[in-house]
Amino acid sequence: MSDEKVLRILVAKAGLDGHDRGAKIIARALRDAGFEVIYTGLHQTPEMIAEAAVQEDVDAVGLSILSGAHLTLFPAVMKALRARGADDVAVFGGGIVPQDDITTLKQAGVREIFTPGASTQDITTWIRENVQPR
Amino acid sequence: MTKQEWLAKYPKQEERMTRFSTLSDMEVEPLYAQDDLGANHAAREVGVPGEYPFTRGVYPSMYRSKLWTMRQFAGFGTPEDTNQRFKFLLAEGQTGLSTAFDMPVLMGYDADSDRSLGEVGREGVSVSSLNDMERLFADIPLDKVTTSMTVNCTASIILAMYFAMAQKRGIPLSKVGGTIQNDMLKEFIAQKEWICPPEPAVRIVTDMIEFCAKEAPRWHAVSISGYHIREAGATAVQELAFTLADGIGYVQAAVDRGLNVDDFAPRLSFFFDLHSDFFEEIAKLRAARRMWAKIMKERFGAKNERSLLLRTHCQTAGVSLTAQQPFNNVVRVAIQALAGVLGGTQSLHTNSMDETLALPTEQAVMVALRTQQIIAEESGVTNMIDPLGGSWAVEALTDKMEKDAFAYINRIDELGGIIRAIDIGYPQKELADSAYRYQQQLDAREKVIVGVNKYAIPEERPIDTLKIHHHVEEGQIDRVRRIKRERDAGQVREHLGRVHAACRNGQNLMPVLIDAVKVDCTLGEISDVYREVFGVYRDPAWL
Repeated sequence: MSDEKVLRILVAKAGLDGHDRGAKIIARALRDAGFEVIYTGLHQTPEMIAEAAVQEDVDAVGLSILSGAHLTLFPAVMKALRARGADDVAVFGGGIVPQDDITTLKQAGVREIFTPGASTQDITTWIRENVQPR
Repeated sequence: MTKQEWLAKYPKQEERMTRFSTLSDMEVEPLYAQDDLGANHAAREVGVPGEYPFTRGVYPSMYRSKLWTMRQFAGFGTPEDTNQRFKFLLAEGQTGLSTAFDMPVLMGYDADSDRSLGEVGREGVSVSSLNDMERLFADIPLDKVTTSMTVNCTASIILAMYFAMAQKRGIPLSKVGGTIQNDMLKEFIAQKEWICPPEPAVRIVTDMIEFCAKEAPRWHAVSISGYHIREAGATAVQELAFTLADGIGYVQAAVDRGLNVDDFAPRLSFFFDLHSDFFEEIAKLRAARRMWAKIMKERFGAKNERSLLLRTHCQTAGVSLTAQQPFNNVVRVAIQALAGVLGGTQSLHTNSMDETLALPTEQAVMVALRTQQIIAEESGVTNMIDPLGGSWAVEALTDKMEKDAFAYINRIDELGGIIRAIDIGYPQKELADSAYRYQQQLDAREKVIVGVNKYAIPEERPIDTLKIHHHVEEGQIDRVRRIKRERDAGQVREHLGRVHAACRNGQNLMPVLIDAVKVDCTLGEISDVYREVFGVYRDPAWL
């Protein structure tokens, strides 16, 4: 047994979007890869997500958005985390996000965006290399 | 030589793979032959077009007399934006309309709700009031063009708006034709846009089936949809099984209300996905027709032959489109669409190649529509009815899918029916498992997606996509706020009270809703009444 802390990750669905195939696959893949995973379920507001991140004391939030509202919802989640003093939680995401918007979101502090075609290994590897325990 | 003799003679062929399976991971044999079909198979299970069990098609003449309806799903931005796209599509030879609504409509919020922020007009057209609906269908002849509307938990309100608009234009409801998706059961299974829990949701669907059977006989009050089930990760067999199980759920609910099955069943319609595994999809559609005919005849005792017909819309698989090398999607869509046509669909949407990146551009939609026109008018496949009928492989796959899908339906019956199965998450978990398994197969490269996990190229030049601007949201918010300021507040209160009462006392909601939207009660306000009376369904968030 390693005494290294197991990373806790919140997988979240923001907004009205009901597409949860990707979020559920990622949640299961992260769990199978050895992370502790909490899944919010659908239709969460940014405040609900930030609150869950704080309550569950997670190291990272993985946000899935396929509704095209990413430029509104990602910054709103970041803001809600900041408001709770949790701006050190790593926020990453996945969904249908055009390249220009990825640049914008990274400038706003989103650590990484995975787009269609990413494998679950790409995502677990990125987390291992880039997310530290808080 | 029989198949067994052939297998004995050539036992060890060198093969490319250790196991051959469909996209849904159904194992397939190297060869199918007459021996696979059993005695008297052709007469018993295949038959002829237009006759029970309708394996070869629901009509005796199929595409020789009438091609399928080419119906491209469209909706974005303001009602004016979408109205313009509708007119473009009709001018290019499309024969029916199909409306995509935005997320706020699909979840029961007005454009000016806090919950709608960032989502207004983004994935579909924004509609909060009858005024929006009237601008959406400006200059469209409602008695000539049939319209399909993809909306579910707020379908009752949207349909009330459509009917109210027709009445205001002096068109009797008996002349208005179209389809509203209104399949709530698959929402809980797959698409997951809901307001209230399954039981009241099905009660509202049943109100609409009853109302349309009496008042709007050309309207399809529910389109029983496998599309979303498949897109959420189901296998082809699961799509087939859960869709027909949902259909059984609606028929049972309507029969339990006291309706005669033959009074509404002829207007039930279906909606299936067309994925990339060519023969699997063709077999699925053939099995679906045969199974529905058997279910309606044997389980529900339908007497009218039209009650037995599974008439369906199909759409190519959005989930199969790749962001990588998007031009390849044109080819995928062509193969999928051809499967739909050889499977005998009544209506078809072909996806545009850029839809994994954004809502489609006009140019991409044109290629998608032309794909259908090429199949219809160049390929020659429409000259003959069911050209694949009698193919040993296709018939054997059809039999296999029917058998496996009926096993699922029996399981759901054992659980106490589809609503109970949904309550305990049975179909939801089945399809989440399939989705996960498929992703693992992709990650292990056991299944191939060209341009993604094989034949990828490192740097790609992005293609032009459609952008939805923020002023759309601001404009729609201003408009719905103005309507709320200028309408007769007393009338609105009174009509919302009537909706409230009808929700509670079980009176059919449709006439009450039509009156309510005419005095500008909004979609969000009526949805709030549903939330208050029926409660809000929360995602059980099963993994």
